[in-house]
Amino acid sequence: MATPLRLKELSKKEELLTGGHRLCAGCGAPIIIRQVLMAAEVPVVAANATGCLEVSTTIYPYTAWRIPWIHTAFENAAATISGVESMYRALKKKGKIDRKIKFIAFGGDGGTYDIGFQSLSGAMERGHDIVYICYDNGAYMNTGIQRSSATPLGANTTTSPAGRVIPGKVQPRKNLTKIMAAHGIPYVAQSTPAHWRDLITKVRKALEVDGPAFINVLAHCNRGWRTSTNTTIQDTKLAVETCFWPLYEYENGKLRINYKPKEKKPVVEFLKTQGRFKHLFSPENEHLLKEIQEYVDREWEALLREEGMWREGSEEKE
Amino acid sequence: MGKKLAVTGNQAVATAMKQINPDVCAAYPITPQTEIMQRFASFVSDGEVDTELITVESEHSAMSACIGAAAAGGRVMTATSSQGLALMWEMLYIASGMRLPIVMPVVNRALSAPINIHGDHSDSMGARDSGWIQLYSENAQEAYDNVIQAVRIGEHENVRLPVMVCMDGFIISHSIESMEFLPDEVVKEFVGEYKPLYSLLDVDNPVTYGPLVLPDYYMEFKRQQHEAMGNVKEVVLEVAKEFEKVSGRSYGLFEEYRLDDAEVIIVILNSAAGTAKDVVDQYRDKGVKVGLLKPRLFRPFPYKEVAEALSGAKVVAVLDRADSFGGFGPVYMEVASALTTNGARPLMLNRIYGLGGRDFMPEHAETVIEELKRVLDSGKIEKQKDYLGVRE
Ligand SMILES: Cc1ncc(C[n+]2csc(CCOP(=O)(O)OP(=O)(O)O)c2C)c(N)n1
Ligand code: SF4
Ligand SMILES: [Mg+2]
Repeated sequence: MATPLRLKELSKKEELLTGGHRLCAGCGAPIIIRQVLMAAEVPVVAANATGCLEVSTTIYPYTAWRIPWIHTAFENAAATISGVESMYRALKKKGKIDRKIKFIAFGGDGGTYDIGFQSLSGAMERGHDIVYICYDNGAYMNTGIQRSSATPLGANTTTSPAGRVIPGKVQPRKNLTKIMAAHGIPYVAQSTPAHWRDLITKVRKALEVDGPAFINVLAHCNRGWRTSTNTTIQDTKLAVETCFWPLYEYENGKLRINYKPKEKKPVVEFLKTQGRFKHLFSPENEHLLKEIQEYVDREWEALLREEGMWREGSEEKE
Repeated sequence: MGKKLAVTGNQAVATAMKQINPDVCAAYPITPQTEIMQRFASFVSDGEVDTELITVESEHSAMSACIGAAAAGGRVMTATSSQGLALMWEMLYIASGMRLPIVMPVVNRALSAPINIHGDHSDSMGARDSGWIQLYSENAQEAYDNVIQAVRIGEHENVRLPVMVCMDGFIISHSIESMEFLPDEVVKEFVGEYKPLYSLLDVDNPVTYGPLVLPDYYMEFKRQQHEAMGNVKEVVLEVAKEFEKVSGRSYGLFEEYRLDDAEVIIVILNSAAGTAKDVVDQYRDKGVKVGLLKPRLFRPFPYKEVAEALSGAKVVAVLDRADSFGGFGPVYMEVASALTTNGARPLMLNRIYGLGGRDFMPEHAETVIEELKRVLDSGKIEKQKDYLGVRE
């Protein structure tokens, strides 16, 4: 029986990522990992791409991981876990192992959207029974906040600095969740740690399907987002309330939006609390705020339309 | 005993892999290696092996998947060449740093640019400091025998290191030679059951592979790798002895060919050694005291033993099928290092040959021996490093 989705029950489960790691206070990443590991009802083995999560949790001779864990390099968490999972299948076939074990890869946005994109795509196409979790904090944080293809339009990073001529990042984000959905794998979702019930439910679904699953999770980073350390959950919720980061999932290719705000907040509500967008609020950058709002609206409406198509399709059948 | 068959080098290696029957293999095509994993894929499709084959999207992922699989506690192999090995470079160090006994045939091929698909040793020589054991093979028989022995060497409890088995692209990989195969059961018994250590799948005893190690501990990790390498020579000889019992073929750290009273010596590895040996015979017939040393174990390099074997030499020519631009060839550098401890040191020449698959012909070996004779007489070297068979 799966642990009921009640905080009281979940809090009784053993923490598989212990305290004492060296991630920043208020970092979104460990909150995500703890929820993901809490969701699992069978033993899991994890692979981790290089990045904040990896370096801060395994400073030798310590490790914060109470599960088998492997980090090999930056661009290959998906390839690494596909090797682990293949060995599991090989040894199971030979009767050398009889336990049910699940396999999860964790990567930051840099390790997933950019340098690890190829190995992620390859592993998904091969159909390994793995779950890939991207904790997307919107930049290469570990090396000091450089822009990645997940960095939002307009954000000030150390390689897309808001300067006198160029106002931060000039390109919108890559929509990786959609790209993963286009792989036609059994399960793809987007979530946040501020919506723990949503995230845990999605992780359970991802672990349950036979084959690859991908979940993109928004990860607050107070260093990179330029916020205080106690607004992690608040800021993350704003991302969802403004539809900057909608909660949705694809089950066997079928889209479902898991949450539709009654009143969609303007995206500036999400932007204004973060120092990385501060320059956008000076008069000469007003047009960028408009552009960002238009971008968010466009993506959200496309999502609604796509879901609508699914609904119409199923109504016809009924 | 075994069956004698005419096969290509790639076929020989693929057959060794079939008989080893690894738990997991990764496959990615690159000439001239492609045929190995292609043949192996058929063994998988036809149920002749139990292996899980991961058909990765790049060599970087091939080695990454091999590392994950090996850390999960089973026997793992893949094969590559040239650009593929170069693309793996980052992961080679991680395989050895994690002490994972992966076995990888490397079908030697030149590196780009300019692109060239033919045999030279630039690829594996470029990886000589990656912490992998390297065995070199003159022909298909040696490649086959080395692959089987590599499993035992890498997995030995005093070693636990990955092993590359190198053979020349096309010259060996694609030409047909007659060679002897061991019966399947003999290979199965020889390689034995894999003994997992610190498996990721041992979920009751979780381990952390690949932590961040700062200056306070990093050097100890590296020092241990050096020490493991230090145990390799003994294990190579021990495994060779056992292999001789089942195969009748004997192997050492290197081959000594007519070295006993030799005054002038050629050091050369892989397929060109075969050609050179014939020419050595011709000169021996003429009364020239010439011999040949063919390295087999290049990493770790057996410095002491090579120094001993060359102790009677007056002039040594080291032939390299890989270059170090602005430096000496890789084999030359090792032989020169080995000889620093010898009291009376021979004069030494370095000749680069066969890059990009250019043929190494008997006349090239003759040129070298003629020059060795001249240096022996005059005591003078005109050019320490030079190129054989190249347009000026
Ligand atoms: C091949 C390679 N290139 C670059 C790096 C340097 N590097 C290490 S972590 C990192 C940033 C990681 O960013 P991300 O994946 O977004 O994770 P985060 O640190 O933000 O959690 C970079 C660029 C590396 N380790 N390996
Ligand atoms: S820099 Fe950001 S991602 Fe990295 S540990 Fe700190 S808060 Fe977390
Ligand atoms: Mg990041």
